[in-house]
Amino acid sequence: MVLRYWYLLRGSWPRLLELAYWPTVQMILWGYINQFMATSSGWVAQGGGVLVSAVLLWDVLFRGQLGVSISFLEEMWSRNLGHLFVSPLRPGEWLLSLMAMSLLRTLLGVIPAALLALPFFGYSVFGLGLPLLLFFANLILMGWSLGLVIIALILRYGMGAEGLAWIVTFMLAPVSAVYYPVSVLPGWLQAVAWALPSAHVFEGLRAVVYDGAMRWDHLAWAVGLNALYMAAAVGVFLYGFHRARVRGALLQTGE
Amino acid sequence: MTQRPPDPSAADPSVADSPTLLPPAISVEALTKRFDTPGGVVTAVDSVAFRVARGSVTGLLGGNGAGKTTTISMLLGVLVPTAGRVEILGVDMARHRHAVLARMNFSSPYVELPHRLTVQENLTVYGHLYGLTCVKKRVRDLADQLDLARFLNRPSGGLSAGQKTRVALAKALLNEPEVLLLDEPTASLDPDTADWIRRYLEAYRARTGATILLASHNMPEVERLCDDVLVMRRGRVVDQGAPSDLLARYGRATLEEVFLDIARAGTGPVGRDGLDGSTGGPHP
Ligand SMILES: Nc1ncnc2c1ncn2[C@@H]1O[C@H](COP(=O)(O)OP(=O)(O)OP(=O)(O)O)[C@@H](O)[C@H]1O
Ligand SMILES: [Mg+2]
Repeated sequence: MVLRYWYLLRGSWPRLLELAYWPTVQMILWGYINQFMATSSGWVAQGGGVLVSAVLLWDVLFRGQLGVSISFLEEMWSRNLGHLFVSPLRPGEWLLSLMAMSLLRTLLGVIPAALLALPFFGYSVFGLGLPLLLFFANLILMGWSLGLVIIALILRYGMGAEGLAWIVTFMLAPVSAVYYPVSVLPGWLQAVAWALPSAHVFEGLRAVVYDGAMRWDHLAWAVGLNALYMAAAVGVFLYGFHRARVRGALLQTGE
Repeated sequence: MTQRPPDPSAADPSVADSPTLLPPAISVEALTKRFDTPGGVVTAVDSVAFRVARGSVTGLLGGNGAGKTTTISMLLGVLVPTAGRVEILGVDMARHRHAVLARMNFSSPYVELPHRLTVQENLTVYGHLYGLTCVKKRVRDLADQLDLARFLNRPSGGLSAGQKTRVALAKALLNEPEVLLLDEPTASLDPDTADWIRRYLEAYRARTGATILLASHNMPEVERLCDDVLVMRRGRVVDQGAPSDLLARYGRATLEEVFLDIARAGTGPVGRDGLDGSTGGPHP
């Protein structure tokens, strides 16, 4: 019932293309890097398509977060929040719709790229099987948590914080150990990395690619951390929302 | 707060079903809103109390910055009051607003609908949000009634101000609200359309027995539409009564003159109605 953000997407083909554009370009870029490095680096050669999988999964995290933040920003831009919150829509329902939209956007963006990896590099991420699904779920959850916190920040600091929507996830890339093992990071950064579900996911990904083994310990960490962060993010979101109702931000947001 | 008997002067005699048995459509007690701003604390609404009888059309008057929009926002629950209590249809808005939001609605030219969606899409989305069963039919009917059929497939953002206002009104009527809050419903409408909208609202009230509260700067409009008028100044309700009562009390021929009397009362030429006192003349 609340998924009508679909109209927003459906209404604009350029946006749909845009969704799939970056994942595809990134996939191709990293695919060639992968191919090139495979000729010179034993590590990459052994793990066929490790970088391609990594970039696609990284995009799941990024899209997941962006999907939530953008759907919210669209309401802000159109100064629609006032109408939305005098309707019987509950914040929780709205939250679910934001997540559903984010899932849709992510799938629309990443699946075409994943499919294109086949003709380009003869590599299929879907070969990862069940672990892929688990990785996907954990990354998108983490993306949602980030997205919710960003929404709270935008509600608090206004459109000035809008830029955060695009940069926060990127700031986490180095410590998420997307393309390299956590062990290359200096000690203290490793500690930071292990506090992120994403680092556990990418470490788990490499374990599957290299050893063909599913690291359940990493998965458990990722799930646990995600649960923690999601709870915190929902709390921050609801609190930010309440504060916006106190400050009167809902009726006058916009430019 | 204990239940007081409804103020008899606020009851509208034109409503047949006995409103005395039901709680008033809107009941506000000691409502206060202070904003923390960089320039200090602004008291936008200052311990306001009033009741709006079921089935009445009540006008909310006051100069720019008097606190009308702030009051309406608190009635809607999008703004949390600093103190005081709002009950709509007997429901405490601070606690159970979701129980009553589906029975009320709101329109303001200052809150917009997503620009990139067509009018039809926007209305459909809100139809679903309000849990209507036959959204399609309702949207079509409203489009006919409000003469929107020509715009249905155009993006909302591309409409003129007046057209947007009509679309916003259609949105506000989607759920046939029992309580309709309107912030300047005829701002930016041409006289013909504005008049047409007024007649539409009158007919809507007559047909459904809905309660309408409207903030307006258009005195003839208020005189014509409203059974009861609340006059605000500097965050307070400074007078209340039927338009005819107000005219008699102030010994004036038009509500416009009453408005000016009240707005200028005791304030002199500077710092007239606003709170900040910085506004010079009336806004255009
Ligand atoms: N979110 C806010 N933060 C700070 N101050 C606010 C906020 N909203 C309103 N105010 C202040 O509260 C006062 C009342 O504003 P309000 O919008 O309720 O007036 P109004 O009666 O609707 O005026 P107008 O006729 O111009 O629409 C004004 O002084 C305004 O500056
Ligand atoms: Mg106003």
